[in-house]
Amino acid sequence: MSDITKQSLSELVENIKSKKLSSSEVTKAFVERSEKSKELNAYITEDYANALNKAKKFDEKPKLDLKLPGIPMAVKDLFCTKDLRTTAGSKILNNFVPTYESTVTQNIWNEGAILMGKLNCDEFAMGSSNETSFFGNVQNPIDKNLVPGGSSGGSSSAVSAQLTPITIGTDTGGSIRQPASFTGTVGLKPTYGSCSRYGIVAFASSLDQAGPMAQNVKDCALLQEVISTYDEKDSTSIDFKRNAYSKELTKDIKGKKIGIPKEYRVDGMPKEIEDLWKKGIEYAKDCGAEIIDISLPHTNYALPTYYIVAPAEASSNLARYDGVKYGFRAEGENLTDMYEKTRSEGFGAEVQRRIMIGTYVLSSGYYDAYYLKAQKVRKLIKNDFDEAYKKVDAILTPSTPSSAFKIGEKTNDPVSMYLNDIFTVPVNLAGLPGISIPAGHDANGYPLGLQIIGKAFDEQNILNISYAMEEKINFKNNITDWWIK
Amino acid sequence: MSKNKSEYLINRHDNQYEVVIGLEVHAQVTSESKLFSTSATKFGAEPNTQVSLVDAAFPGMLPVINEYCVKQAIKTGIGLKAKINKRSVFDRKNYFYADLPQGYQISQFKDPIVGEGKVILDMPDGQKEVGIERLHLEQDAGKSIHDLDPKNTFVDLNRSGVALMEIVSKPDLRSPDEVNAYIKKLRSIMRYLGTCDGNMQEGSLRADVNVSVRKKGSKEFGTRCEIKNVNSIKFMQMAIEYEANRQVDLIEDGQIIDQETRLFDTKKNETRSMRSKEDAHDYRYFPDPDLLPLEVSDDFIDNLKSEIPELPDEKKKRFIEKFKLSPYEANILVSDIETSNYFENVIKKSDVKLSTNWIIGELFAALNEKNLEITESPISAGNLSKLINLIKDGTISGKIAKTVFEQMMEGDKDPKKIVEEKGLKQESDPKALEALIDKVIDDNRDKATEYKSGKFKLFGFFVGQVMKVSGGKANPQLVNEILKKKL
Repeated sequence: MSDITKQSLSELVENIKSKKLSSSEVTKAFVERSEKSKELNAYITEDYANALNKAKKFDEKPKLDLKLPGIPMAVKDLFCTKDLRTTAGSKILNNFVPTYESTVTQNIWNEGAILMGKLNCDEFAMGSSNETSFFGNVQNPIDKNLVPGGSSGGSSSAVSAQLTPITIGTDTGGSIRQPASFTGTVGLKPTYGSCSRYGIVAFASSLDQAGPMAQNVKDCALLQEVISTYDEKDSTSIDFKRNAYSKELTKDIKGKKIGIPKEYRVDGMPKEIEDLWKKGIEYAKDCGAEIIDISLPHTNYALPTYYIVAPAEASSNLARYDGVKYGFRAEGENLTDMYEKTRSEGFGAEVQRRIMIGTYVLSSGYYDAYYLKAQKVRKLIKNDFDEAYKKVDAILTPSTPSSAFKIGEKTNDPVSMYLNDIFTVPVNLAGLPGISIPAGHDANGYPLGLQIIGKAFDEQNILNISYAMEEKINFKNNITDWWIK
Repeated sequence: MSKNKSEYLINRHDNQYEVVIGLEVHAQVTSESKLFSTSATKFGAEPNTQVSLVDAAFPGMLPVINEYCVKQAIKTGIGLKAKINKRSVFDRKNYFYADLPQGYQISQFKDPIVGEGKVILDMPDGQKEVGIERLHLEQDAGKSIHDLDPKNTFVDLNRSGVALMEIVSKPDLRSPDEVNAYIKKLRSIMRYLGTCDGNMQEGSLRADVNVSVRKKGSKEFGTRCEIKNVNSIKFMQMAIEYEANRQVDLIEDGQIIDQETRLFDTKKNETRSMRSKEDAHDYRYFPDPDLLPLEVSDDFIDNLKSEIPELPDEKKKRFIEKFKLSPYEANILVSDIETSNYFENVIKKSDVKLSTNWIIGELFAALNEKNLEITESPISAGNLSKLINLIKDGTISGKIAKTVFEQMMEGDKDPKKIVEEKGLKQESDPKALEALIDKVIDDNRDKATEYKSGKFKLFGFFVGQVMKVSGGKANPQLVNEILKKKL
C-alpha cells in the first residue's frame, strides 16, 4: 500500500489487526516520509533504526489485542523517554538522556506503539510559534512561511504532514489546541489531573497537561483512552472513572446545551474568526445541540493572570537546570559564576524573560500584588465556568484569534505573541478539558479551529460534540507536500 | 539582688541585662524513607547511594508525600500538646546552592502542620513553661564537601530530601541552662514518641539560635541575631553566652545591634556575621504546585493520639504518686524512655525504694564509668531485680551485694549463681552466729571486760571482728542483736 501515511490511526490499527499491514510496513512508511521531510524540522531527535527494529520484533510476535498494535509514533520532546535524548527544545538539556520513561509515554508503549523520535517544540514549551526552540523553528505543512503554532509545533506539523499517524503534546496555556488550529488538526487538552505529569519536563505545574494530537476526533479519543490513567507518582493526578473514550464515542448530541460566551468577542477580532464562530454555532445546531448565550465575566483577566501564574511556577521549576547535576554546564570562576554563565548560555531569550517575570512576581513586596492576586482571579475565572456549567454542557469558542501567522512576524513582540492564547488560557486556569477541531479556512486558505470546552472530567462529552460537528464540517486540509523534493 | 537564684543576668557597670532566646530546632524525622521519595535515610552510607531521581531533581520528577513522616510530625505535635492543623500547605523556598538539587526546598511557610504548643522544663527552682510557636515539615538539603579537593566541591545527596521537623519555640528561654533543659526535654519527648532519635553527633538534631538582650525589667525585645545551625547543646550554650555579651557590650558602647545571621565558630568560641538583614535571601515562598494541600481527618489524628505512649511529664507524675518517688528521683528516671523502661522492669518484682537507690546510685555510676547507655547495660533489669530481692530477703548484705554487682557488671550473670558459686550467702543462722560471736569474745577477753566496764565504743570493734571472721557474710542485724546479749 503506497498510501499508508495517508491513513488515519484508526485505519492503521484496523489494518494491522486484520494483518493487511505489518507494523514494519507501517513504520517504514512513516520513517521514509519523515526522512523526506527534514525541511519541516519537526524532529529534534530521530530514532528510526530502533523504531524499525521494534516493528520487526512486534511482527515476530504480534500482540493484536493491544490498542496501538505496532503503531509508530513520534512524541513531543518534553516527554522523558528512557535511553533517548530529551531536550525540551533547550540547549540546557541538549545532552540529557533520561534513565526513565514518562507515565504518558509508558502507557502508549504498553499498548504496543513504537517510538520513532522526539518532536520539536518551543523551549520548555514557552512559546506560541515553535520559534523559541534551540533546535530551530518548525515549518507549517500548510505553507512554508507559516509557523505551526506552539509550543507543540513539531507535533502539529508532524501530524498534519503525516510524519506520524498521531502524537502527543502538552498544553499549559494552549500549546496543544493553538498548533492544532494552525495546522488543521485535532488537539485535546484534557482535564487537569487526567494525564500524569510524571516524567514530563515541567513548565508550570498547576497548568501543564499532556494530550493527544490527531488527524480526526476518533483517533484523538483512542489516544486519550490510552494516555489518561491515575498515577500515584503524580500527587495532582486524579482518580476518577475514565471512559473508554473511543468505544463510547457517539455523534448523537441531540439536546446538548452549548454555551456561547459573549466575552470571547474580543476587540479587533478578525471578521473571519467571527464568521467561523457563527458557522460553528450553525453546525452545532445542525447536530441537534441547543445554543445558549452565557457570560464568563472574568475572561479579560485570564491572560494577565496566566502570565503571572505560569512564569512564577516556571521560574521555580527551571531552577534545577543549574549545571550541577546534568545537562549543559558553562565553566565559571566559582559556583555563582558557573550558575550565571550556564543559565545565560543555556536558556534562550523567551525562557529567560519568563524566569525574570516569575522571579519578580514572587519577590517579597510584590507577591501579594501579583501572585496572590492572580490566584484570586484564577479562582474567579474558575467560578465563572462553574456558574456557566449550571446552564450548559459545553462551551463553543474560536480556538485562536487568528490563523497561523508568518515565521518571524511576532518574534519581537512578545505581547502580541501572548495574545494568541487568549481563548485557550482560561481553560488551563480553570483546569478544564478543551479540544480544538479544524472548522474552516481563512481567505488565504489557512486552517481555522473551533474550541469546545467541557466540564471537568467530561472529555467524553466534548469528544462526542467534536465528533458530531466534525462530520458536518467535513474539513479538508490542503497539504501539497511542497517540502518533498 | 534577684530573689531568683537561677536568674541569668549579664552585669555591666550599673546595668543588668536579661537574655532572650528562641530556638528553631531541626529534628530529623525517624523514618525509613525520605519526605517525598522512597530513598533510604540510613546514616553513614556511602556518598550518593541513597539518592532517587526525585532527590536529585531530574526533569519531570515529582514529589509524593510520605504518609509515615506526616504521622510522625503529628505525633510530635501531640507530644508538644500542640494544635494539629487539619489542613497544611507545602511551599517552595527558592534559593540556589549546589547541594539543593531542585533549586528550592519544599517546606511549610504560612500553613504548618502543627500550631502552638508547650514544653515544661524542670529547673532547679521549679517548673518553667516554654511556648512552641509551630512545627512544620521540610526537606533537608544535601551536603557540600569543600575539603576533599583544593579546587572542587563535592556534593553528597544522601541527605537531600530527608524529612525534618522544624520546631520553633517562642522567645521564652532566658539562660543557657534553660536552653540545655529545653533541648533535652524536646529530645526526650521525641525519643519517647519514636519520632526523632535526637542524635546530635549524626546531625539528627540541630538548632538555629535567636538571641537578643534587654535591660532587666524591660518589656520590649531587643534586636535579635540568629546563630545558624548549631549542633550541640554545649555549643549552643557557648554561642549564647558569647553572643549575649557581645550585644551587651555594643549597647553599653552606645552602638546599635544589627539584625543579622551569624555563625558560631567552635574553634575560636565566637560568633561572626554571616549576612545582614539587607543581604537576606528573598526566598520567594509560594505553594508548591506539585503538591496538593495536606488534609488530615479527625479520625486520622485520633488514631495517632491512641498510639501516643505515656510521655515524660505524665510518667513523672505517676512515678511520684504511685511509687512515692521524690521529684528528683522521678525526673532522673523519666529523662529517657529506656531508663524508665528499665526502672519499671526492675520494680515489677522488686522493692521500689531499694531499686530506685540501686539504679540511680550504683548502676548509673557504673555505667557512667564505662561510658555506657542504659540500653548497653551489662546488667539486665531482670538480674538487677534478682540482686535487689537477695538483699531484701536477707540472703546477702548490702555490702556483699556490691561485690556481686561488680561481678555482674563484668557480664550479665544471675546474682543467685554468683552468690552460690562464691559462697557469699549471708549467715543468718542464730546458732552459727552465736558460735562465731562466742569465739570472738573469747579471743578478745580484755576488750570484752573493757566494754562491760563502760567502754561501749568497743561495740563496733566486736561487730567488725565478727564480720571479718565470717568473711563479711554474717547478717549484720542478727550480729548486733546477739552481740548485745552476749556482752
